[in-house]
Amino acid sequence: MCGIVGLYLKNPSLHNEIGKLFAPMMVAMTNRGPDSAGFAVYGDEVSEGVKLTLQHETADYPWHELQAELETTYGGNVKLEVHSTAAVLKINANEEAIRSYIQINHPEVSVMSVGQSIEILKGMGLPVDVIARFGLEGMKGSHIIGHTRMATESAVTTEGSHPFTTGMDLCLAHNGSLSNHNRLREELKREGVKFNTLNDSEVAAGYLAWRLKEGDTLKEALESSLDVLDGFYTFVVGTKNGFAVIRDPIACKPAVMAETDDYVAFASEYHALADLPGIENAKLWEPEPATVYTWGG
Amino acid sequence: MTTVDLTQSSVRELNQALHDLPNDATGSWEINGAKGEHAIAVGIDAPIDVAVNGHAGYYCAGMNKHANITINGNAGVGVAENMMSGRVHVKGNASQSAGATSHGGLLVIDGDAAARCGISMKGSNIVVKGSVGHMSCFMGQAGCLVVCGDAGDALGDSMYEVHIYVKGTVKSLGADVVEKEMRSEHIEELGNLLSEAGVDDDPSNFKRYGSARNLYNFHIDNATL
Repeated sequence: MCGIVGLYLKNPSLHNEIGKLFAPMMVAMTNRGPDSAGFAVYGDEVSEGVKLTLQHETADYPWHELQAELETTYGGNVKLEVHSTAAVLKINANEEAIRSYIQINHPEVSVMSVGQSIEILKGMGLPVDVIARFGLEGMKGSHIIGHTRMATESAVTTEGSHPFTTGMDLCLAHNGSLSNHNRLREELKREGVKFNTLNDSEVAAGYLAWRLKEGDTLKEALESSLDVLDGFYTFVVGTKNGFAVIRDPIACKPAVMAETDDYVAFASEYHALADLPGIENAKLWEPEPATVYTWGG
Repeated sequence: MTTVDLTQSSVRELNQALHDLPNDATGSWEINGAKGEHAIAVGIDAPIDVAVNGHAGYYCAGMNKHANITINGNAGVGVAENMMSGRVHVKGNASQSAGATSHGGLLVIDGDAAARCGISMKGSNIVVKGSVGHMSCFMGQAGCLVVCGDAGDALGDSMYEVHIYVKGTVKSLGADVVEKEMRSEHIEELGNLLSEAGVDDDPSNFKRYGSARNLYNFHIDNATL
């Protein structure tokens, strides 16, 4: 099973409320995914350098020491914001350099996301607990993607929770299962894509990251994924400015969308959309199979 | 009239109250605050009228027997699945697998139905005023599927004896499905269904599709006794 929810705000005056609008959508998907939950929120963009979301299994990890170390190594200011077991660091560094610095010097810390806008926060437990742990309700942003997981093909761990990312500002949440992920993972590794888990959904994220790096638009990357990925899937994908939805050619996994002048919303079940403002008059539809829907960049 | 507000009481309480009705109960029920809840008004076995206000989640009106259920909104996956008799009317659109495995009764969908509408239907009648998605009537065994709009890919794949009537275009026919002649008994059958569903249209505007009876199960040599 698993539940996916996404919200893309067309009206910037709602950016301050994205967490408040989105939290009930996550909680509504508890029945589809009680094992772990996570979300990727886009906002608070850095103009120079990158923003990293890091996570450690304990809540008392000495993030301030890491901050000081990075300031010494890279020079300049490193901004730090701690949300429970996760920390968001803003640093004037190159993506690949900082990613490998953390992996080599601090293997105890997991890099959840790297980008200018994205923050991925995820962990084990019921959605209601995970979103409270990370303070989702107070968050601001332009778009957000969430996932509630009922684990099937790999273990229930923080690392195996969704959404997944393998590239700058890219994230993917998946409902379904892929059958050709092992071979595809090996092929992508040869192209230089790095993976952290044995999870099938991470391979889909890796594939998209690779295609985007090769110059595809988000729409092109998703269209080509229809030929490459074998299995059942509904994907919701976020990039710095974009939001996309795609379902496999037989539309095995459920999906419903709503659009108003203010927002585009996605959910595995209508139940999760029922409390959004103006939903009574929203355009409601089910995405067609093998069809790419995109908004924004 | 009995009114139930699902924002105040649970679906389980509602369904229990409906199951507790005697089989000859009549009267009307109004169910408000549906908000996409699953399994609303499932397993009714009495000739009552039920109105569900708002969009329903999965399996609404499933296993219905005798009741006349109207959904004033959209319906999620598997509306009226395994219906035995009675009537279910969706005023909006229906998600996939509408009327799956239904044995009897009439399912009317005013809007579109998504994929697999009438999958494995076993004797019910389904009238969709809009279009249906891919794999509709997959393995359909008996009854009628009427589509006033268009049909998606693989219509009627591996079907048995359902009568499929489509007014619009069919994207593709499923395995072993062919267009068949509209004889007078089909015009009459379709005319009756259209009028029961409140559709004002001429049956001669529709085409009929059915099984060519060439797949494995139709060969007597493959029969096992």
